[in-house]
Amino acid sequence: MVSDSPKTEPDANPSPPLPHWPLRVWDLTVAYQQTPVLWDVAFDVPPASLVAVVGPNGAGKSTLLKAIMDLTPRTSGEIQVFGQPFSRQRRRVGYVPQRESVDWDFPVSVLDVVLMGLYREIGWCWPIRKHHQARALEALNQVGIADLAHRQISHLSGGQQQRTFLARALVQQADLYLMDEPFAAVDAATESAIVQQLGQMKQAGKTCVVIHHDLQTVPEYFDHVLLLNMRVVASGPVAQVFTSENLQKTYGGRLTLLEEVTTALRRREKTL
Amino acid sequence: MATIVWNWSFDGWMIVHAILCALSCSLVGNFLVLRGTSLLGDAISHSILPGLALAFWFTGSRSGPEMFLAALAAAVVTVFLIEGLRNATRMDQGAAMGVVFTALFALGIVLIVQVADHVDLDPNCVLYGSLELTPLDRWDIGGWLIPKAAVTLGVTLLLNGLFVGLFYKELLLTTFDSAFADSVGFSSRLVHYLLMILVAFTAVASFESVGSVLVIAMLVVPTSAALLITDRLGAVIGWSAGLAALAAGLGHVSAVVVPTWWGYGSTLTSGMMAVAAGGLLLLCGLFGPRRGLLVRWWQQRLFAAQVAADDVLAYLFRLGEQSPRDPATLAQIGHALPLSSRSLHRAVKRLCRTGELDGDESGYRLSAAGRRRAQDLVRSHRLWELYLVEQAQIAPSRIHDKAEAWEHVTDQTLRARLDQATSDSKLDPHGSAIPPEASERETDPPR
Repeated sequence: MVSDSPKTEPDANPSPPLPHWPLRVWDLTVAYQQTPVLWDVAFDVPPASLVAVVGPNGAGKSTLLKAIMDLTPRTSGEIQVFGQPFSRQRRRVGYVPQRESVDWDFPVSVLDVVLMGLYREIGWCWPIRKHHQARALEALNQVGIADLAHRQISHLSGGQQQRTFLARALVQQADLYLMDEPFAAVDAATESAIVQQLGQMKQAGKTCVVIHHDLQTVPEYFDHVLLLNMRVVASGPVAQVFTSENLQKTYGGRLTLLEEVTTALRRREKTL
Repeated sequence: MATIVWNWSFDGWMIVHAILCALSCSLVGNFLVLRGTSLLGDAISHSILPGLALAFWFTGSRSGPEMFLAALAAAVVTVFLIEGLRNATRMDQGAAMGVVFTALFALGIVLIVQVADHVDLDPNCVLYGSLELTPLDRWDIGGWLIPKAAVTLGVTLLLNGLFVGLFYKELLLTTFDSAFADSVGFSSRLVHYLLMILVAFTAVASFESVGSVLVIAMLVVPTSAALLITDRLGAVIGWSAGLAALAAGLGHVSAVVVPTWWGYGSTLTSGMMAVAAGGLLLLCGLFGPRRGLLVRWWQQRLFAAQVAADDVLAYLFRLGEQSPRDPATLAQIGHALPLSSRSLHRAVKRLCRTGELDGDESGYRLSAAGRRRAQDLVRSHRLWELYLVEQAQIAPSRIHDKAEAWEHVTDQTLRARLDQATSDSKLDPHGSAIPPEASERETDPPR
């Protein structure tokens, strides 16, 4: 199913068999000031799959999601979303950023945050209308916090914050969702609510790529897994890829030699 | 006391200018503060100085479009320099701003001192402005003599109002969550630069009238005060505008009136505006309903009083479990509870007044109403202990303090949920009986 080799050439199979897969990544390299964060990353995500992205801290998981959405410049590589560049398929992609990435003391209500998921549809400068609010409420209802719609966001618990973000993603009605640690530090009830939502999305033919930290729940929650540590260690169906040997490779040694040589390179360039 | 002579064609215009300027600044200032870049207003309003000096050098005039454009250009350069420095060196944003604006401001001062040898330009004027002179410089517009400042500041306010009105959604989104904004196609960078250009425009337009110090105050202070009052963005914008206008009006009046108390002539309006804004911020800090110190202090006092009363009732209830119907003296209660004698006296007095305690100095006992409230408290306490041991696997020796703190905020619904979540055990982990729910629906729980 999922291609395991990082050396798939983009022009090698330009159309079938995978022309409209939700996400295809070839030779992706992202570097911050010469230090590679992602190195020759290649993988494919089949339709209607739930993919866990797993790897140690600093493995480049968040950077990968950002690179897919052109939020961070890439040094090389190509990314196709449903067979086209991201910029042309923007409306089909939903994003759930890390919960800690925003200021939860910001003076807005839960409903205001969920409505943000409709901004692209509403467009620049156009006002929010009644039916948009109804849809946002509906999404809040789906994640079980409709009663909190008008609450200021600083009064939310961690789990409620995460549900708010999930609702914002749901109103986007995307086909591919990229989620950055939606399970981080949430209560058990929220965790099962998210799992249930993911299941429903899969049923509806949607695809979710989810950064996940809890290794124990990977086989239970996901059907595919991408093991990442700067490079792709392995990717594919959980049953085949999620082995202790692969995990060892992912969490074992970082590519220290690689880091050393780039540090040396940087030092040289500074002295030049 | 010296008599104050108000000249409304003069003072009136000064107040109008001050208010227009305050409103313009507070509108864009809202988003600077919420983005955590309050200092950027500071940076911009300082670093336009070399632009002004250069334009002045070449044109020799203190006003006119060249001056305006040069200042605007300097401001835009500042914004790009700060961003560039940040990206190139991964410097902290505050540090980058500090580096850029101090360097540019110093350059501006040097230029002005050079220029001032040839023409009349006062560096003080740049800092404090000359609001007092603005009503004199008038344009004839359709037969009306309107001060130039009223026109420029009016246009600025209009622009800022239009910008915030049209791009409210975009400003909100990019300020709150820039990564998400970019992912859905709202360029946070574009909105950022638009906002910065408008901040620069506002600073330049306000500069001549009120000086850079007041611009900074009006960009930052009204929003900071508004955030103490409300937690909705729309309301923050409204409150900050109101407070800014109030500070402007108060500023002028107090600049004229206050010095006369000591027999002095009137002082600078712009200075007093900043002082008035600071005063309003202080008031909001003390009385604001959201984070006001006074409100918080009062709430804490009320809660402390409730906890003291709860503790007295719960103590008498537990005492009653051991030796029923024995009244307890004040000394006995005070010995058992960690309360100061003052708060103990108050709590007992209050409980007697609400009819939850019966008795006098010789001994107190629970009334029927007091017993119900006490029984629910003890029930909450023991349910929590049971829950902590059963559900959270916490050692029985470490559960008392938590239950003691939570019993005061546990209501009937929460107790019902606790009851469901725990086993059917009739005893808490320490072996004391968990009393049944006392407050029935028909009897209102006593306050």
